[in-house]
Amino acid sequence: MSTSNEERLGELLRLLPEAPTGWVTAAQELPVARVELDALVERAEADAAFRASVVADLEVAIRATGVEPSPVVVEHLRKRLSP
Amino acid sequence: MISAPDGELSDAQLVAGCRKGDPAAWNALVERFSRYVSAIATQAFRLSEHDAEDVFQDVFAKTYERLGSLRSDDAIRPWIGQLTRNCCLDLLRSSSRVVLVEEPEERIADEVIAKLDEAMAVRTSLARLSPECQEVLDRFFSRDESYRTIGAALGIPAGTIASRISRCLGHLRTHLEGRNPAAAPSSE
Repeated sequence: MSTSNEERLGELLRLLPEAPTGWVTAAQELPVARVELDALVERAEADAAFRASVVADLEVAIRATGVEPSPVVVEHLRKRLSP
Repeated sequence: MISAPDGELSDAQLVAGCRKGDPAAWNALVERFSRYVSAIATQAFRLSEHDAEDVFQDVFAKTYERLGSLRSDDAIRPWIGQLTRNCCLDLLRSSSRVVLVEEPEERIADEVIAKLDEAMAVRTSLARLSPECQEVLDRFFSRDESYRTIGAALGIPAGTIASRISRCLGHLRTHLEGRNPAAAPSSE
């Protein structure tokens, strides 16, 4: 194998460093988060007072389910609860 | 359920596992494409860490929601690549950073993405090498660790790291050419 080929392979390997662990973990937990949010939405649809409290502070409501309220999760819940 | 090591499963097998609701398949899919999505956001579109994280989570949320609409399970990589590209452009447009989404800038981003596609092909082959080769190549190239650090971590003399890297690169190239000749890097 020529040196230039080794260098090219090395260059390509360098292009893909690890993504931050926290990002990967959060993405891997998405299916679990969806289950928690489904339960939250279901309860909000059945209880107007609970719904009002959730809409008043989405981040607090999400955190209470044990899910990290990332911007993507908050936006997802906002859309689901919008009239 | 997923039982084989991540590197032994094809993209299509991972997608099929995700569709069945297998958590291990989803974890492996996120792991497999995390570097690619992150690199598109930070290298092709030069997003800040904060914006890149938003794009990263958005891409995987949409991937999870839309896997059912994927026409070919084998096409998950270009599909995620396009999804990431669109999420980056949407973020830049919504932030009024129009200067970065003009046509020449998009073309430059696409050139970087093409290079990242080539890098993904190399990583696919890397995942099929021995664990020892994967470790030493990843530590040296992706994590930018010194011979001394690698030697200490793996319990081998630092003086032998260079020859191991060269030998493993040889295995990688052989594997890359054998599996997919079109994906082998040119010797320019």
